[in-house]
Amino acid sequence: MAPVFHTLQEFMLHTKNIVYLLMAAGLIGLPLFWWFLTERDEDQRTY
Amino acid sequence: MSQQTSAHGKRLLSPFNVVTGCILLVGLVLTAMRFLGGLGTVTNLDDNNPWGVWIGFDLLCGVALAAGGYVTSAACYIFGLKRYHSAVRPAILTAFLGYALVVFALHYDVGRPWRLPYPIFVSQGTTSLLFEVGLCVFLYLTVLFIEYTPAALEWLGWRRARNIVVRMTLVLTIFGVVLSTLHQSSLGALFLIAPSKLHPLWYSGYLPVYFFVSSLFAGMSMVIFEGTLAHRYLHAKMDRTHLEESEGVVLGFGKAAAFVLAGYFFIKIIGIAVDDNWHHLVTGWGAWFLVELIGFVALPAFAYALGVRERNQRLIRVTAIWTVIGVMLNRLNISLVAFNYHLPSSQRYVPSWMEIATSIFIVTLGIVIYRFITTRMPILYEHPEYRTEH
Repeated sequence: MAPVFHTLQEFMLHTKNIVYLLMAAGLIGLPLFWWFLTERDEDQRTY
Repeated sequence: MSQQTSAHGKRLLSPFNVVTGCILLVGLVLTAMRFLGGLGTVTNLDDNNPWGVWIGFDLLCGVALAAGGYVTSAACYIFGLKRYHSAVRPAILTAFLGYALVVFALHYDVGRPWRLPYPIFVSQGTTSLLFEVGLCVFLYLTVLFIEYTPAALEWLGWRRARNIVVRMTLVLTIFGVVLSTLHQSSLGALFLIAPSKLHPLWYSGYLPVYFFVSSLFAGMSMVIFEGTLAHRYLHAKMDRTHLEESEGVVLGFGKAAAFVLAGYFFIKIIGIAVDDNWHHLVTGWGAWFLVELIGFVALPAFAYALGVRERNQRLIRVTAIWTVIGVMLNRLNISLVAFNYHLPSSQRYVPSWMEIATSIFIVTLGIVIYRFITTRMPILYEHPEYRTEH
């Protein structure tokens, strides 16, 4: 069921909370995906 | 003599030529019908649906899939990835033909071709996004034409003119990237004016960003797809450098496309969260949206990554076609399927067979011109006189 919002503040609080959680997931997920993508590269950088 | 004539006749009557000839013939008849009888003669467009498949497919898909030009030239000349140099000319040619055909196709929609220069030179609508799109496409088509000319000038043997154009490569590339960033995103921004018409799952304040980011992997996938076709049908025209570098192009572009697709998937999810559209996902429209998002974004990202990890050329090439179809699906969803979603089915737009046939005619025209150029000019091989210049 969709949540009911009475004010713009409630709506923003709700959506921003979820966006922050998604950002955290992205900050973990995207580097993991990059690692999966490049793990077997031959020319691994050493710096 | 009669044997020669017979052999020549057989060459002319190849399956490719016969099918192409038929399509072009039908297209010419439809062109005459459209320009003599008006839009109503060949289209199902009406006041509710003024933009049909010619805009959704020919223009939106055409521009997105022509992005390979700026992506490849930026990779090679701005980021210095010279190992992709052999992919630049085919990509520039595809982009040039793609944009030229976008402008050509636009005539079918707007009519009165002699008025084409008006928005740029006579009556500028500077507050309109369409003006920005028109100006960018006009300028970028000019840039692409100049970027393409070295191949034609080498073929003609005009060395001096060719050398002047080659010296402008970096400036043209930068100009091309700037113009592409502007109009790829503006095509998405065009739909910002219709929040009540476009389904909430596809409508977002981030539409310009979505259009630009998706043009990146559309361009990369098209370069891989086009390279696959060239390998299959124009193999004899490719020199050793092209053949040797093609594996690196496929792996490099596949890797980049995988990561951009993953990023695109992520910002699409953010878009749902920002507008709180989660509840739409459990509807029929939501199912269709998930087909697009998971079936044509998330899965191709994974397939590309798997192909790159395993160095599986075939998987990457198949995923490129998959991604191209996904980008086309996205553009058609936004411009046709999810547009006017609230209208009863009796008032929804379904393209007439003549609109679809006209689009097929335009694509066929592009293939014929591409084939004509690549079989004559140094696109898939380096001209022997300039081989040492790179």
